[in-house]
Amino acid sequence: MENNIFEHRLNINRRRFLSQASLGLGSVALGSLLMPDLLSGTGSMDAAMIPGLSDFAPKAKRVIYLFQNGAPSQIESFDYKPKLKEMVGQELPDSVRGAQRLTGMTANQSSFPLVGSFAEFKQYGQSGAWVSDLFPYTSRIVDDLCIVRSMHTEAINHDPALTFFQTGSQQGNRPSMGAWLSYGLGSENKNLPAFTVLLSRGIGNGQGVYSKLWTNGFLDSVHQGVQFSSGEDPVLYLKDSKGLSREERRVMLDNIAELNHLSYEKFGDPEISAKIKQYEMAYRMQTTVPEIMDLSKEPDSVIKLYGPDCLVPGTYAANCLMARKLSESGVRFVQLYHQGWDQHDNLPYEISHQAKDTDQASAALVTDLKQRGLLDETLVIWGGEFGRTSYSQGKLTAESYGRDHHPRCFSIWMAGGGVKPGLVYGETDELGYNIAKDPVHIHDFQATVLHMLGLDHEKLVFKHLGRRFRLTDVRGNVVKDLIA
Amino acid sequence: MDSILKLIVFNRFYFGSIHFFIILLLMASCEKKLDSGSETIEIPDQVSYNFHVRPILSDKCFSCHGPDANKREAGLRLDIEEEAYKALTETPGAHGLVPFKPNESEVYKRIVSDDPTFKMPPPESNLKLSDSEIRLIEKWIQQGATYEPHWAFTPPKTPKIPNIKNKDWPLNEVDYFILAKQEARGMEPNSEADKEALLKRLSLDLTGLPPTLKMMDQFLSDDSPKAYEKLVDRLIASPAYGEKMAVYWMDIARFADSHGFQDDSYRSQWPWRDWVIHAFNKNIPYDTFITWQLAGDLIPDATKEQLLATGFNRNHKITEEGGIVDEEYRVSYVIDRTNTVGKSLMGITMECAGCHDHKYDPITQKEYYSLYSFFNNIQERGIESVVGGPETYAKRPFMQISNEDVESILTFVNKKDTLDLIVSVMGELDSIRPTFVLDRGIYDQPLDPVEPTTPESILSFGPKYEKNRLGLAKWMFSRENPLTARVFVNQIWQEFFGKGIVTTPGDFGMQGALPSHPELLDWLSVDLMENGWDMKRLVRHLITSATYRQSATISAEQLEKDPENMLLTRAPRFRIKAEFIRDVILSSSGLLNPEIGGPSSKPYQPGGLWEGATSGRGILSVYKQDHGEKLYRRGLYNFIKRTVPPPAMTIFDGSNRDQCEVQRLITNTPIQALVMLNDPTMLEASRVLSGKLMQESGDPETNIYKAFRTIVCRQPTEKEMTVLKKYYEGRIATLNESQATDLLDVGEYPHATGLNPVTWASLMQVITAIYNLEETISKT
Repeated sequence: MENNIFEHRLNINRRRFLSQASLGLGSVALGSLLMPDLLSGTGSMDAAMIPGLSDFAPKAKRVIYLFQNGAPSQIESFDYKPKLKEMVGQELPDSVRGAQRLTGMTANQSSFPLVGSFAEFKQYGQSGAWVSDLFPYTSRIVDDLCIVRSMHTEAINHDPALTFFQTGSQQGNRPSMGAWLSYGLGSENKNLPAFTVLLSRGIGNGQGVYSKLWTNGFLDSVHQGVQFSSGEDPVLYLKDSKGLSREERRVMLDNIAELNHLSYEKFGDPEISAKIKQYEMAYRMQTTVPEIMDLSKEPDSVIKLYGPDCLVPGTYAANCLMARKLSESGVRFVQLYHQGWDQHDNLPYEISHQAKDTDQASAALVTDLKQRGLLDETLVIWGGEFGRTSYSQGKLTAESYGRDHHPRCFSIWMAGGGVKPGLVYGETDELGYNIAKDPVHIHDFQATVLHMLGLDHEKLVFKHLGRRFRLTDVRGNVVKDLIA
Repeated sequence: MDSILKLIVFNRFYFGSIHFFIILLLMASCEKKLDSGSETIEIPDQVSYNFHVRPILSDKCFSCHGPDANKREAGLRLDIEEEAYKALTETPGAHGLVPFKPNESEVYKRIVSDDPTFKMPPPESNLKLSDSEIRLIEKWIQQGATYEPHWAFTPPKTPKIPNIKNKDWPLNEVDYFILAKQEARGMEPNSEADKEALLKRLSLDLTGLPPTLKMMDQFLSDDSPKAYEKLVDRLIASPAYGEKMAVYWMDIARFADSHGFQDDSYRSQWPWRDWVIHAFNKNIPYDTFITWQLAGDLIPDATKEQLLATGFNRNHKITEEGGIVDEEYRVSYVIDRTNTVGKSLMGITMECAGCHDHKYDPITQKEYYSLYSFFNNIQERGIESVVGGPETYAKRPFMQISNEDVESILTFVNKKDTLDLIVSVMGELDSIRPTFVLDRGIYDQPLDPVEPTTPESILSFGPKYEKNRLGLAKWMFSRENPLTARVFVNQIWQEFFGKGIVTTPGDFGMQGALPSHPELLDWLSVDLMENGWDMKRLVRHLITSATYRQSATISAEQLEKDPENMLLTRAPRFRIKAEFIRDVILSSSGLLNPEIGGPSSKPYQPGGLWEGATSGRGILSVYKQDHGEKLYRRGLYNFIKRTVPPPAMTIFDGSNRDQCEVQRLITNTPIQALVMLNDPTMLEASRVLSGKLMQESGDPETNIYKAFRTIVCRQPTEKEMTVLKKYYEGRIATLNESQATDLLDVGEYPHATGLNPVTWASLMQVITAIYNLEETISKT
């Protein structure tokens, strides 16, 4: 009987191997004809994978996520609350706060004085969306934006909240959204990784960002986000050493390949031929990446659009322009992080600078994509990990105040990629403390983003440690109202 | 509008039909396979619950008809025999399973139904049974629908050594089990690997280091019949053995040099790592090794060494972020310990039961918190201090290590200065902190109180055990515990053979993989228990087997019949771990600093990584690279800052030490190629080795030959020498002096003097190429 059992398992293995082989070879033509990315991706065709394809045509092919790390205040940006101005200095009613948990930073505060926005609000565009005067460039493109004012999350501190946003779980070590997309859709480009990350920081209180936010988790490491840095080496170890010409590198790689090939003849291990291919991809990346990083060929009109900062490596503006170039070259998911939005005190001064650093370039990116005809297929997302309180943290003075973390409501915006333009979705109560209408949970947001890319969040799963994991954990509903 | 609508409809259809088309194609090819003689899925004569049916039920049915009471549908439970046979309350007259009668069994009727409202699994679950799965279930019911207890939850018994035909092949018991399976499949093992391959394999497996030229010459010339065994004795006694074994234990123990979370500042936990190296080298029995780590502080009259061992369960991340809720984080530490112990020592994915009853394994949420309560009584806080000076490098409870300790009991701690060290360890509260089931795992949602105990389905926690961590350790090492020995044997097997006998080392439960050689696993487990949990004895069983000594070449037949090498008809061939890649490079170039233990070191790493990912607080906000000897320490000692782990490690799948890991992926990516080509560590090694060789000999051929041997650990073939010589001559002809000088300008190690830069750089290029061979960093 035991042999039977073994036989059965060997058969299963063998069938899987054969079907992998046939998917990998026989269907290349089929795959490139019908679905360029599904089968040509680098992911191992694990038997546990259920392709997350839905029966609808995806609009978005790529995502650029402008993550505003530290959590920008919704009250000074997109959620206009005139009532707070009237009630400045008055206590937040207990009935509004309810059993809301507070961070350790304000839990011991004896008073919770409400405070309105120091920035002025106006309505813009056909949609009439309210935007504060801290964001003059963004206010001009509101008709391209879908502003969601009713986001809410479960985490109250930066690390778990960021992790929750990116991986669908607060604990970490699960794949990041970009890794899921790379896994689900593969790479559009043979010379670049499918998931790249760009970092920048403003003057405000910096919260660390770290590689676990772009982790592949339990997925194959080809899906890991590759950090492009602003330094000399945009991709780690990309640059050849001094004195080594491209020709020299080519000759070396040819020799390595020849020797590896001899080794393949001896051992017959397919891993050896895979290694030869990876060295070739590395060589191509060495050419492609510097080309993308080179902004000298961008016309003046583009430089003007993003603002002069875009020529200063490592700035948010430079990263926005880089994001467009990467995305245009077929990078599936470009993730930006801009640090410095954590305004516990001195909010008016700091947020003004943060907004100034990011407003023009964010709007420019949307405009630039639109001009190139790429906005329809590129989903741009702007937002932080949670919101900020409508009461002041610390002392409220005539000139200044601060705001603590607030998971109950906050605002983000999206553009392109099939979202409904010119939409303002969701409402908070008049004190900007609780959601009054159309709440959107992080998992709903994630489900919606996957949907835009043609992926069903309940089907894009990976079996690990006996459980099928997905980006949206066990919840999440696609918010149909946000879709054009 | 109309046309747009049409377009959309067309689009939907278009995509829908493509999807359908693909499915048709796939189905067509499957059908073909089903029909093509030898490829037919054979339904075994006797269907086994454990090996055939349970994996299907567990994967496709248990999430609604399994152990989790809150999610159970229709009152039907399929993981327990009596429950599955019972009359269904919601469908009068029907029974889930009727032995011998598939057509009367509701389960069968539903899995073959086409009616979407009746069909199981329901279409909205996105789960589907394949034809062969349905046929297996049908046959199982026909044969009586008999259940068997889960294999991993019954204690291992010594199995009979199987009969085999080729009696000349086995060298020890392991081989009988391996060969029996091969013979039953009409396969045979590869012949023994050549001596060079064996030496490299053994040396990497036992020390993490490549053999030296001297070792190669010695072993090649030793014709005595016991040459191999002598080599094993020598390597397993080398102090590098402890370092090698410690690498896998560091992943399990989630060891790091920083606290993790937002600011991620420094912790001085490395003396605990020194202890682990020491423990492996001293070969302390596995039961002692674990008991001290779990409960060293509770042993009567605990020594400082036993206390230091408990650092194991304080290696988890600890927050220094102001403003957090203390209890939330304290609870998360207890959860981390519970999950670590579950995954690494029990082979059970406990974490699933933290929020609800386990969906697949018979572990209730109550049992989770009962296990949790063993670790809930520590004198610790969620946040003790924010980023600060040396007093924050360990968190209460911690121990101090003085110079006196190092001179007396803790002699293995490689302490450099006279300042006292602090290390986080375990320590109980004076009173009992009550433990509750936490609703959905949320720290401030207590439900019923629980007492320390272990999951009943694994092994009852009898009254003879103290209700504390020491009692838990005794329970772990009870002869009746079905998991402890198996889980450890499997981890060690994985360490030497690349993957475990159970390929899911962290999950021996219902959803885990079934063992490929269950009797072998049990034989080794019983042998381990009956021989005092002797770790080196277990290792010897593996490496002195004929199975281990096979050659690693893969024939087309093997690749076709057994692509995953389940039958072990060849030695596994895989890329070595990140730490050992570094060791191979440093050791072969002669740069390696062999010092054992001590604080972690900070070798070359690309600039700006820590600086770009920091809040700016603490001594780890800027990467201060080491100089001199410290640059050349083994990979094991590479400083791990959790939020920005060393890229040369993580790119080669090193753990970020976020949580306990029992298995590393082995990937193959273009970024890995870039590291091998451009990391200054690699280039410096090439520069130093080429300089050294040229000082020894002026003959390029001799030098190339020697370099190849030193790095790849075998003699090059004639063809290989031809390629390399031609490459070298090409460099001599092409490189000019300024290029050469640039190429040589890498690394801080002093330059050799009196060498011609062009010749030197040419040899250096050749050596870099040799370092980049796939075989160099593979176990072959």
